[in-house]
Amino acid sequence: MFTQYIFHFLSIMALFSAVMVLASKKPIHSVLFLTLAFFAIAGHYVLLNAQFLAVVHVIVYAGAIMVLFLFTVMLLNLNKDERSPKPMWVNFIAFVAGGMLMLTLIGIFRGYDIKAAHDPMISQIGLVKNLGKILYHDYLIPFELSSVLFLTAMVGAVLLGKKEQI
Amino acid sequence: MIVQIIYKALLSSIILLLSLVVAMYSTLVERKVAGWFQDRHGPNRAGPWGLLQPLADGAKLFFKEEFMPNSADKFLYILGPSLTMFIALLTSAAIPWGPDLVVNGTVYPLQVADVNIGVLYIFAILSIGVYGIMIGGWASNNKYALLGAVRASSQMISYELAMSLSIITIVMMTGSLSMREIVAQQQGFNWNIIYQPLGFLIFLICAFAETNRAPFDLPECETELVGGYHTEYSSMKLGFYLFSEYINMFISGAVMATLFLGGYHFPGIDKLGLSPNVFAFVSFMVLFTKITFFGFLFMWIRWTLPRFRYDQLMKLGWKSLIPLAILNVVITGVVILLNQK
Repeated sequence: MFTQYIFHFLSIMALFSAVMVLASKKPIHSVLFLTLAFFAIAGHYVLLNAQFLAVVHVIVYAGAIMVLFLFTVMLLNLNKDERSPKPMWVNFIAFVAGGMLMLTLIGIFRGYDIKAAHDPMISQIGLVKNLGKILYHDYLIPFELSSVLFLTAMVGAVLLGKKEQI
Repeated sequence: MIVQIIYKALLSSIILLLSLVVAMYSTLVERKVAGWFQDRHGPNRAGPWGLLQPLADGAKLFFKEEFMPNSADKFLYILGPSLTMFIALLTSAAIPWGPDLVVNGTVYPLQVADVNIGVLYIFAILSIGVYGIMIGGWASNNKYALLGAVRASSQMISYELAMSLSIITIVMMTGSLSMREIVAQQQGFNWNIIYQPLGFLIFLICAFAETNRAPFDLPECETELVGGYHTEYSSMKLGFYLFSEYINMFISGAVMATLFLGGYHFPGIDKLGLSPNVFAFVSFMVLFTKITFFGFLFMWIRWTLPRFRYDQLMKLGWKSLIPLAILNVVITGVVILLNQK
């Protein structure tokens, strides 16, 4: 019952901050609300007994990516709302696309037969030992390939950054 | 169950209180050490040996005028120092402060949260530690504060990498991410610093950079930036920023002692035949002595070395420490592999 309260609290926090990301006027507030949403999601991972995932989520998203976002927004000093108003047809297309995504999601979850909620404490998949075993035994090649992909992205970013000197 | 919850609440309050008191008196010790290094007395007016000085400073900070710039973002301006303080106090949860206490046959561990990913938890706190400074520096709406905040965040992001890489070697050797397990494996004189001297050195340097201490205190470099990220702060909000630096010092000392200097272990201490609770107390004092040593080291270096230039700082971080840390990881991996066969 106690975890239920935490679940509700985290869900409300996640949804509220996700809405506020869109609703806030200043870009920097949006970034901070997005960070808050990430923390709420990390809390959900802890409730699912996936502490490793939770902490990695905080390190990668809240700790690295959002700091860089914040950095960029601060340096560009987007203090005032300088976003130019978009033309009507862009808004229309965005509305249609977003609505289609929502319909698809609703369709998926309506068809999804929710089984009796199994106790997350029994499934130990989120613990670092089990996750590591699965990653390095069953999915070794995809895992290594994805690391190569990251390396490519990093090298590419450096190359783009040094464009003038080459 | 209820007893456990009460015990945990009590333990975490004691640890919070301890970190606050230690941080409070670190300010006095810092000034005393500075006085000693510069051949003068340091504060000695408030109470015997200046012992009441931190209280006087605290009272003064509370009664100072609360100043808020007109153009500041009000909410974020207050959030900045609060967040810094909050995050600084979070880390202590994962540190094992001593062996288990035993009262009436029930075991009470001297650790608030024995999570199986304790090391990663500390990483996570480290990586979000930059928010308080960035938010405060930006919300002040002052160019010096913003520059200080940007410096702080780029410095912390850069040194976080080398720091994590140097801890990975410890994790590789121990085979566990749990702080308790890491301490347990360093029993006696089996300290990690003996196997990982390079890793320890890298971690130490990065700890200086992460806590924004000299010689890496560029975010608040007075000669260039007035006061850095806290230029616009006054009263206890400034106090929170200054205070959290000392808490960070205390906690990073505790982390270093735990990861590299054997935590609460000391050779021969378990052969004395002490009863469990006395043993726990003595072990805690051992850990505390190690932390005090690190605290002194922080001050010693502050009053010895001049400040780095910003490009030197970045060069040191990216071009020396990270390659060295990667090399250290590779060497550790090879040695572990050879030992297995």
